[in-house]
Amino acid sequence: MTPLLSVENLKTYFRTYRGLVKAVDGVSFDINEKEIIGLVGESGCGKSVSMLSILQLISNPPGEIVSGRVMFDGQDLLQYKSKSDAMSAIRGAKIAMIFQEPMTSLNPVLTIGRQLTESLEIHLNMTPQTAQERAIELLRMIGIPDAHNRLDAYPHQFSGGMRQRVMIAIAISCNPKILIADEPTTAVDVTTQAQLLELMQDMVNRFDTSLVIVTHNLGVVARYAERIYVMYSGRIVESGLADDIFLNPRHPYTIGLLKCVPQLGETRQERKLVPIKGLPPNLINMPTNCAFLPRCDRARDICRQQLWPPLELVGGQHYVACFREIMEKP
Amino acid sequence: MTQENSTNVVELLNLKMYFPITHGLLRRRVGEIKAVDDVSFSIKKNETLGLVGESGCGKTTTGRCILRLYKPTAGKIMFNSTDISGMNENQLRSVRSSMGAIFQDPYGSLNPRQTARTIIGMPLIIHGMKTKGYDNRVEELFKLVGLDPSMMTRVPHEFSGGQRQRLGIARALACQPELIICDEPVSALDVSIQAQIINLLEELQEKLGLTYLFIAHDLSVVQHISNRVAVMYLGRIIEIANSKELYQNPLHPYTKALLSAIPVPNPVIERKRTRTVLKGEVPSPADPPTGCHFNPRCNIATGDCKTERPQLKDVGNGHMAACFRV
Repeated sequence: MTPLLSVENLKTYFRTYRGLVKAVDGVSFDINEKEIIGLVGESGCGKSVSMLSILQLISNPPGEIVSGRVMFDGQDLLQYKSKSDAMSAIRGAKIAMIFQEPMTSLNPVLTIGRQLTESLEIHLNMTPQTAQERAIELLRMIGIPDAHNRLDAYPHQFSGGMRQRVMIAIAISCNPKILIADEPTTAVDVTTQAQLLELMQDMVNRFDTSLVIVTHNLGVVARYAERIYVMYSGRIVESGLADDIFLNPRHPYTIGLLKCVPQLGETRQERKLVPIKGLPPNLINMPTNCAFLPRCDRARDICRQQLWPPLELVGGQHYVACFREIMEKP
Repeated sequence: MTQENSTNVVELLNLKMYFPITHGLLRRRVGEIKAVDDVSFSIKKNETLGLVGESGCGKTTTGRCILRLYKPTAGKIMFNSTDISGMNENQLRSVRSSMGAIFQDPYGSLNPRQTARTIIGMPLIIHGMKTKGYDNRVEELFKLVGLDPSMMTRVPHEFSGGQRQRLGIARALACQPELIICDEPVSALDVSIQAQIINLLEELQEKLGLTYLFIAHDLSVVQHISNRVAVMYLGRIIEIANSKELYQNPLHPYTKALLSAIPVPNPVIERKRTRTVLKGEVPSPADPPTGCHFNPRCNIATGDCKTERPQLKDVGNGHMAACFRV
């Protein structure tokens, strides 16, 4: 089965005064139909930039998609210019995005209704009348009471959780094939987070959409994602089924990430947290060998001598970019 | 005074903090926000009390009241058996040197124009401790929180987020306080850095015999670091228990929902868990529901929940919950 979207060797660099930032440096991944995948990593690891690159929402300068292919529907999206009609027809209609900050990503001077109907009118050529009806239907679907009157409300009249619901409604309004949720629940409380995640899963099932959850919270993807990609300093260091990643992590970074978060119901007497030593690397002028090397406690000589390790299959669908794992493969 | 009270570093007795809502040119008082509404708890020496709740539930206000950054509307704040709730600024000066505070935002809570040395030394200067050993003390504080003293002349933007939080901790420790109010100290940090800071706080507590009030919204972090955990909802404490007990045997329906909403990084456990997703949102603290504040979102609420306020009642082992159905 060919994947719905396939990103091959994507590289997005930013030219800054202090040097070249390789925010995304050779990332490849697939999204299958009706699949939920998780993209996990800490801030600055390039997870958002790789998603924005798919939609060509990287402002140039300073950013530039240097190379790679984004295959979607038999065409390479990167061959289109960012502002071309072809790209606009995909962005928001076929591939939609939910952004992190519902406060800043909704336009404060337009009503909720206007922001919902806009994409319906543009992408689906609906008349204002039918778009309005559809907008009411969408608001009802995402659980906003009194939808009819709420169309005329402005974003500031909504709470944070409600605003994020509206963002979800806008994203699904054109029935996209792929929904990208970039840190959808970072700015909200846990109980609201649970509501939003359930809502997204429900929407994805209902509309047969694929969903990419971009997050730094391992717990969020454990429940929903089928496959997980772990990113570190612009590259994917491990990927596999959720069970592989959580129950049998192989990359020292993934292992470290899982050990350094407190488990619910576990007190400090029972287990001391094991932090990953050091700091995430500065992406300016990165060394050419493994970026995790300075923080790794299992490094071998080969890690220092060789260039960045490639992603290699270690079983099933489980890939790891670590010399230690590759060399000691049974 | 009983024997038990004497070991309490902090004891809150029916603390209330109301903020006025004013309206119009004359700033007419039209209502009030009951940010902290009749809260009582105590923290023993060398203990960590966790305070959890969603944004707007009053947990930060409680912390600020203990620091006496606010003058409470009513109630008593006993700090080492002295009531500090009515003290004026002069009297507070000596009390404040035995309290420290660590804030959430390691970017906003440090003056960007001061060097790290000045930031950490400032409490010493303010409390008149700039004596002969001043330079040594600052250097000692740097080492204590795991920073290299050679970085003393740097300014905050030259430090990473985790290092900045370490600076904040060093500043809080400067005057050798007994109590430290940690207000969301790790929520702005990356996960791999969070563990470093949590471990540092735990080590410092053992080494210096500190008492913590640990305020955070992340229940798994709070539970890890705290001996006891208090759960707040709309200005009131609805459950307080030993941290293990709270996880194994949560009694209040809100605590149960809160626990079930926290995702666990293990897909096998996650698939088996049933999730209670709360309906609706936290009501406005300016217009809280009558009776039990949680009744509109509660699935076991009955008639009396709407009219009467449940009090915290002890169910054994110091586990207290404010719910009629318990």
